[in-house]
Amino acid sequence: MNIMDIVGPVMVGPSSSHTAGAVKIGQISRKLLGEPVRQAEIYFHGSFLATGVGHGTDKALIAGLLGMAVDDINIPNSFEAAKKQNLLFSFQGIDLGDVHPNTVKMNLTGESGRKLEVVAASIGGGQIKICELDGLTANFCGDYPTLIVHNLDQPGHVTEVTSMLGHKSINIATMQLYRDSRGGNAVMVIECDQEVPEESIKWLEHLEGIKKVTYLSLEETECINH
Amino acid sequence: MYKSLEEIVKVAEEEEKSFFEVILEDDCKERAISKEESIHQMREMYVAMKQADASYDAKLVSASGLVGCDGDKMRVAREKQDLVCGDFIGLVMEKALKMGESNACMKRIVAAPTAGSCGVLPAVLLSLEEKEHYTEEKMTEALFVAAGIGGVIANRAFLAGAAGGCQAEIGSASAMSAGAITYLKGGNNRQIIHASALALKSLLGLACDPVAGLVEVPCVKRNVIGAVNALTSSDMARAGIFSKIPPDEVIDAMRSIGRSMPASIRETGEGGLAATPTGLKVKENLKNF
Repeated sequence: MNIMDIVGPVMVGPSSSHTAGAVKIGQISRKLLGEPVRQAEIYFHGSFLATGVGHGTDKALIAGLLGMAVDDINIPNSFEAAKKQNLLFSFQGIDLGDVHPNTVKMNLTGESGRKLEVVAASIGGGQIKICELDGLTANFCGDYPTLIVHNLDQPGHVTEVTSMLGHKSINIATMQLYRDSRGGNAVMVIECDQEVPEESIKWLEHLEGIKKVTYLSLEETECINH
Repeated sequence: MYKSLEEIVKVAEEEEKSFFEVILEDDCKERAISKEESIHQMREMYVAMKQADASYDAKLVSASGLVGCDGDKMRVAREKQDLVCGDFIGLVMEKALKMGESNACMKRIVAAPTAGSCGVLPAVLLSLEEKEHYTEEKMTEALFVAAGIGGVIANRAFLAGAAGGCQAEIGSASAMSAGAITYLKGGNNRQIIHASALALKSLLGLACDPVAGLVEVPCVKRNVIGAVNALTSSDMARAGIFSKIPPDEVIDAMRSIGRSMPASIRETGEGGLAATPTGLKVKENLKNF
């Protein structure tokens, strides 16, 4: 946080958590999908469900999925923009249980048919957290280039990924590991200080035991999903 | 960002710099950017505030139908020259209402420190600029003063209604504005931080109790009291009236009050005005999806 977060940001109202945060969730989800979104099934939980329409959370989320920024004056008209850009969307309520009150689950399909399931929360002041990707814990905020590797829970995969990052002189800021069961599906979420090159991501994707590689690039238009 | 208002004053005295310069230099150090870049970014914030004020649409009503059009009613009343508060305070009130309504109607605003309290700072700063014709450089400097004060509040306490009630939003915005006005009017550094303290003291304990959980009722109109309270606090400080409780301790008091507030009055829309029979009826009528 710095003084431009105290006086600022410039944003479309009315709420940093329910509007600006929702735009950000949409933006990051679009980047994670790595291509324009064609279909979005959206499920609002808790406070997003209770006060979403009043806060424009629905319009904000669609605006983000279309790539708009938090201060884009077209956010209130995002439904019309979605129609023009062939984005089909639907909203429903859902009870996700004991999660943050401002949580949304989305099933996204991209123009090439790629699919991504995202669960994300707006945690206050415009800050967000990606909680789950494709049903596995993710837990990152989107402020760093982030590498998400889904792999089989076998020895050696963490070494493969971290040595690759080391060779490319990429420093790891944070790293988390989760799995659904011993020997089952595992995920590593790695926030980096530098961008990961596209060829390294492609290389990872072809390794045996690696099921899916998702990458959040902070460089505009360089988002990849394999 | 600084953790103490007294420390800002101390640094300013030791290094013989203005309040604004101390905040600017701290920002440059923290973000490793040039003074020009920092000033440019802050000036953009001021320009965005001006644009937001100018783009108020008197016909807009929020999605819930609860707020809209009041800023224009204030303008009409002001033009009739029949306000008890006089023309200048009337203008401040008008601008505060307009910005709060623009925010509720999904227009572009500057969160300062939050979206719900976005009307306070521009209401006092834009009105003062109109009245006294300060340069945009000077107005930008005043925003640095406001941001420096807000930074201390963020470090010692909080700026979110969910964390500390409305005192953290409108209270902080009012404290930031009081300091900024005092800077503009040539007050000294001690007067700046005491103006902030006086403003914050008067809003301590304010609950965040939005009807139906929306940033509308009572948020929009609370921007008016935040703005007017900033003016009176600045006048007191510049008249030589100081806060008996030191400014940093006032912020600490806000934190302890916020910590002891029940969740029902911390932006959950469950207590206070939200829990009145009328507030509950509004919520029932707004069931979504």
